[in-house]
Amino acid sequence: MSTGEERILTYAEAIREGLRQEMQRDESVVLMGEDIGAYGGAFKVTKGLLEEFGPERVRDTPISEIAIVGAAIGAAIMGLRPVAEIMYMDFLPIATEQLVIQAAKMRFSSGGKLRIPLVVRTQYSLGRAHAAQHSNFFPAWYMNVPGLKVVTPSTPYDAKGLIIGSIRDDNPVLFVECAVLYYGVKGPVPEEPYEIPLGVADVKREGSDVTIVAVSRMVHEALKAAEELEKKGISAEVIDPRTLNPLDRQTIVESVKKTGRAVVAADDCKTGGVTAELAATIVEGAFDYLDAPIVRVASPDMPIPFSPPLENRYMRWAKDIVEAVEGMV
Amino acid sequence: MAKLEIEIEEIGEVSVQEALSLGLTEGDLLRMYRKLVELRLFENRVEQLYLYEARIQGTAHLYTGEEAIAVGVARAIEGFGYIVSHHRGHGHALAMGIPPKEVMAELFGKETGVVKGLGGSMHVAIDPKRGALWASAIVGSGIPIAAGAALALRYRGERGVVVGFFSDGAANTGAFHEGLNLASFWKLPVIFACENNQWGMSMPARKSITCGRVAYRAAAYGMPGVIADGNDVLSVYKATKEAADRALRGEGPTLIEFITYRLKGHGVYDKATYRPKGEVEEWEKKDPLPRFEQKLIEAGITTEDRLKEVREEVAKEIEEAVKFAEESEVLEFDKLWEVVYA
Repeated sequence: MSTGEERILTYAEAIREGLRQEMQRDESVVLMGEDIGAYGGAFKVTKGLLEEFGPERVRDTPISEIAIVGAAIGAAIMGLRPVAEIMYMDFLPIATEQLVIQAAKMRFSSGGKLRIPLVVRTQYSLGRAHAAQHSNFFPAWYMNVPGLKVVTPSTPYDAKGLIIGSIRDDNPVLFVECAVLYYGVKGPVPEEPYEIPLGVADVKREGSDVTIVAVSRMVHEALKAAEELEKKGISAEVIDPRTLNPLDRQTIVESVKKTGRAVVAADDCKTGGVTAELAATIVEGAFDYLDAPIVRVASPDMPIPFSPPLENRYMRWAKDIVEAVEGMV
Repeated sequence: MAKLEIEIEEIGEVSVQEALSLGLTEGDLLRMYRKLVELRLFENRVEQLYLYEARIQGTAHLYTGEEAIAVGVARAIEGFGYIVSHHRGHGHALAMGIPPKEVMAELFGKETGVVKGLGGSMHVAIDPKRGALWASAIVGSGIPIAAGAALALRYRGERGVVVGFFSDGAANTGAFHEGLNLASFWKLPVIFACENNQWGMSMPARKSITCGRVAYRAAAYGMPGVIADGNDVLSVYKATKEAADRALRGEGPTLIEFITYRLKGHGVYDKATYRPKGEVEEWEKKDPLPRFEQKLIEAGITTEDRLKEVREEVAKEIEEAVKFAEESEVLEFDKLWEVVYA
């Protein structure tokens, strides 16, 4: 990161800058999705790109998730680098067959003849009072798919570097953004293009007593929790895997070997969720180093309620992580 | 009351004379005959290998009876065309010029197969350098993918067209609706080639296509709908050429319904006892091979003896393909890791 005058961008601005710079660099990058053109995207992430690059490169589509992902796959087979947008992660299951049964198998089932440089961007809106069909985060479904990469940025810096890294990757990538972070998080972002390779975790805060592995929005809750814990004399290390597949197991395991304790936190439901894979990774790699059982901080196994106080109660926060850590030290 | 105008172009049997006026040469016609024979004898041999010799495992969906479609389409788009195939794709692969030995080795699961033995029967028509882009084994899913490939052609200003093959069964999927609508919305150079073989596994098309004809649905997407004789290779050629010309002129997609018949069951193991008595016999009378043979002989282009020689040559080639497949090795398991990701 640059050390001098730091430029501060929102998470949404950082993704937009990454998209814009890749489109400037590489003519084969084409965007397609619902309302991404004149409207600028449901969350204004693609605002201004239609004006800059024109309708051949920023393509508004009908409400046709199967065709959006399918057409992006076809274009990718032919050598374009399409970035398809699925407005809400809740809409992704409509096109999951295309992404999982088609795109993710293509390199393999073609005996290595095909290359699918495809990015599917989507976002989850937990925390925005959007109820059970507009709030879901289920990355674990897609972590279970060899051939597909899954990226979950938490900071503006990572969001820009990872969208660039995803576009340059020659594989299908599911890029899951978090809506409450779009304008809720700001941070330093260098102006020049930079790429964060997929599969490299980031230690967001160093510590020695406990490891908190957190994903997407929960990274920020983990950092708040670490502040709280520091006041209580507990030193927490916060790790953001940044990409869930490939998962940087080594960084996670090494940290737990050092601290001897682990909390894993993510916004998806507990059963069969991301936290299950993170916990299993720690058990496999650092079982002998654990001084306490791993605690999972995950959403409850129920659909997401609308009523804001209920949704707030449903969600996991820094205090839940603090409680978890206090229970193990 | 609002009215939907449905105009369908029907392309019936095309004579040799008309075919020659469309730009085909006598040499082309003989090559097309040879291809038809290759597809037919290949499938006949595959059926034996599965059912009676047990030398191939898994499944295979035979293209027997539908050969005129793949051969006619491939000739009409030769040099500038791409295809997206499906689970019944042996014929597509061979028509696009993938050597029979590579297709056969794939069915045997060998590393010399088209896709190294990783795909098998349902993924044989994948060879981008020959224009075979992908073969989806999920019914209907290749349709939007074909549209997307056409988008890339148009985006780069390349002269080309993509043919998305699918069946009557696929015409009832959401992917069909979304893919055709998007292709029309963007006026993409794509041909939606419905091989209406009358049966979606055990579901008859006459019941599942609720509006009567797949081609009628084209009107709902604002594109031309065409019905062609899928058992006449020259009718297939003519319909495809017209659609390809339209696409190359920038006028967008066409939906062609090729009327044909699946002479065998859904898969090699399926005896298809659900079919009404006499139906197969009726369609055997319209078998694309004897029909084309007769035309060629009547037009004085060739003789029965010469055609017999062709059939014998091709049969020998298929036998060599079986030998090649049998003698090839299986890929080492560790090599699989190299193709999970690029």
